[in-house]
Amino acid sequence: MSYELDWSVLWSGQSGGWLLQGFLTTLEISTLGWVLAAALGALCGALRTVPLTILRCLAAGYVEFFRNVPLLVWMFFWYFGVSPLLPQVAREWLFDHGAEFWAAVFALGVYHGARFSEVIRAGIQSIPKTQLEAALSTGLTIAQAYRLIILPIAVRLIIPPATNETLNLIKNSSVALTIGVAELTFQTRQIETYTAKAFEALAAGTIIYLTLCLTIALLMARIEKRVAIPGMIGQGSAP
Amino acid sequence: MDFEVIVNNFAFLMAQGLFGFGTFAGGTLRLALPAIVLGFLLGTLVGLARLSQRRWLSLPATVYVEFFRGVPLVMVIFWFWFVVPVLAGQALPEYVVALTAFVVFEAAYLAEIVRAGIQSVPRGQVEAATATGLTSAMTMRHVILPQALRNMIPALVTQFIVLLKDTSLASIIGYVDLTKAAQIVNNREIRPFEIYLFIALVYWFCSYSMSRYARHLEIRLRAV
Repeated sequence: MSYELDWSVLWSGQSGGWLLQGFLTTLEISTLGWVLAAALGALCGALRTVPLTILRCLAAGYVEFFRNVPLLVWMFFWYFGVSPLLPQVAREWLFDHGAEFWAAVFALGVYHGARFSEVIRAGIQSIPKTQLEAALSTGLTIAQAYRLIILPIAVRLIIPPATNETLNLIKNSSVALTIGVAELTFQTRQIETYTAKAFEALAAGTIIYLTLCLTIALLMARIEKRVAIPGMIGQGSAP
Repeated sequence: MDFEVIVNNFAFLMAQGLFGFGTFAGGTLRLALPAIVLGFLLGTLVGLARLSQRRWLSLPATVYVEFFRGVPLVMVIFWFWFVVPVLAGQALPEYVVALTAFVVFEAAYLAEIVRAGIQSVPRGQVEAATATGLTSAMTMRHVILPQALRNMIPALVTQFIVLLKDTSLASIIGYVDLTKAAQIVNNREIRPFEIYLFIALVYWFCSYSMSRYARHLEIRLRAV
């Protein structure tokens, strides 16, 4: 072993700026991807429990199709496969605004939407059926019963598995480097390329990911405690 | 849309990409199958260590699990790509690097499955085994592990599906799995939509059929 550690590569030159930019880009794609995933997940998770077979099948089809294919393949598919087939106007807008960035957000959102949907479905199904029946018997429509009764309870029940999925989404955002998004892992590789100091660069990236994930996990554990439904012991668990 | 490109490259994509018979040392299954077996062996050790009463065993195991579960797999692959050759003192083939990375990474997740499986065995079983005079090692080997293993099977199949999808990331260090094979074909044919859609369907078929199997096992185990 003839490798000499030199931690100064992390703050000399452009390295610090690259890491910061990478961290911010990771936050950006993760946040936007999370919003899309949460919206798709809430919609399809709820649809999978409604008493209408067509809607249930549509939602199940979406979930089973998207979560059984690797995220990397989805990234390639959306970026290389689909974006050139879009109408001219959309394509020009995309290539002016960072097509790889939006492809990554879309791939992350749609892939994790399918996984979120399973978490939300499990949350909804853990609520006793009588809650829905009681809501319907007071004269609420199905949509109202979901919006006012079922989903607010489900959201509180699913905090632990949803946190887990959120952390998975953040970690998976690193796959975006394969289509050229300059997120944290990409910048770590860039530092390695410029300084030939792989160990230090990877250590810096790893510590940033660990810190980010641990911070979110701790924060969510506190929120979970605060909004816990009194009297409920069993929390919904994700598959 | 022209799916002739799939027909022309079908043999390469499947034989080289999925199974690993070809000019390149590659293959999705050739990586995933040994990785799950070796990962399970390492995961069992880590899971047992985590449950141990001795802190010098349980603490490192906990750190191991929490560390690898908090870091993206892409990062772990790069770690092994750069660090293993330095430790070994020579450049190593992609296959060795990818396999090591997957075994070490998946072991952290498999350890949690093993731990949950062992904890699902009723406490009375341990007490009964101890009462008949078995030592704790014998209890673990003859009483707890056989039952725990049965409870773990559905979760293990599910983890294998995750691993199978994760192996697509080995393509970023140049390992010729299904994803890399698709990239190679696409570089020549420039038909990204058809090619990536096709490998998506191949992955989908493998994962979905296995997830059905896992569900089937779960129902059968519950019935016993």
